[in-house]
Amino acid sequence: MIKKDILSKSWWKYLCVIFLTYTVIAGFLMPVPALPHLHETIRNLYFHVCMWFAMMYIFTVSLVYSIKYLNNPKEDYDIIASQSTYTGLVFGVLGLVTGALWATYSWEGGTGGVSWISDPKINGAFVALLSYFAYVVLRNAMDDEQKRARISAVYNIFAYVMMIVFIMIYPRLSNVDSMHPGNGGNPGFNSYDLDSHMRLVFYPAVIGWLLLCTWIASVNIRTERIKRYFHNI
Amino acid sequence: MRKISFLSLIMFVLCSVLVTAQTPASSQPLEMADKMRSNGMIYVVVGCLVIILVGLLVYLITIDRKVTRVEKEIEENKNK
Repeated sequence: MIKKDILSKSWWKYLCVIFLTYTVIAGFLMPVPALPHLHETIRNLYFHVCMWFAMMYIFTVSLVYSIKYLNNPKEDYDIIASQSTYTGLVFGVLGLVTGALWATYSWEGGTGGVSWISDPKINGAFVALLSYFAYVVLRNAMDDEQKRARISAVYNIFAYVMMIVFIMIYPRLSNVDSMHPGNGGNPGFNSYDLDSHMRLVFYPAVIGWLLLCTWIASVNIRTERIKRYFHNI
Repeated sequence: MRKISFLSLIMFVLCSVLVTAQTPASSQPLEMADKMRSNGMIYVVVGCLVIILVGLLVYLITIDRKVTRVEKEIEENKNK
């Protein structure tokens, strides 16, 4: 029996299309504050930042389903947890790459050529991604399905804690200068550049990208369900 | 029905891009002045990104449909 749930429904996918189309159009055309170093690249807020939000969101989903699996070892929980993590990794890599491109042109006064500085946020994000890549390796290293599901669920909880420590806590403890808001003595979003025009685009953008992330994960989850269905016959 | 409504959505987006492209604009004599070329041709970038986004979304929808079809096939085979 293939499980049917909200992932097969389509209303939220329409929402995703609408929000993302709005993001791309309004994201380029709405006015933004003129800031030194950033210039128009401040618009990357609607794209680069949303990649990380989507990644953290889908990793949280994965964590919830890993915990659920440990409480009640249903195969479907394992499917949701694992496929969510795979999807989150794609968004994380996109966040890293877009960040590198952004930094090349706006860091150091836009001299160019600097895409990987020892910024605590970048290194932290990289370590967090590595710990999730280890999750993939760990899963592929085990053949026994129940053992794989249980051990990777436990590891997933560990990886999530690592991610929070390396993305949210370590950059804020560090004294090294950082361009990321809220880190290394920089103020957070609210105290400077997110003016009311940017909010009009930023919040719909976040919702749109989160929905897109959910959508891609849902396709992965449903494919995996079909695969397991045939495997279990 | 859903297919038609989705197609109309795509058409709407593409048309709106084209309409902005064709709106005649300002009075500078030497510029080949249309909206697409104003503001450092930012509208060209917007157009490209909209096309990419629509393309990717259409692709995602096709994959989604494919999965739905396989799910239905499995259901039907089971009922036989």
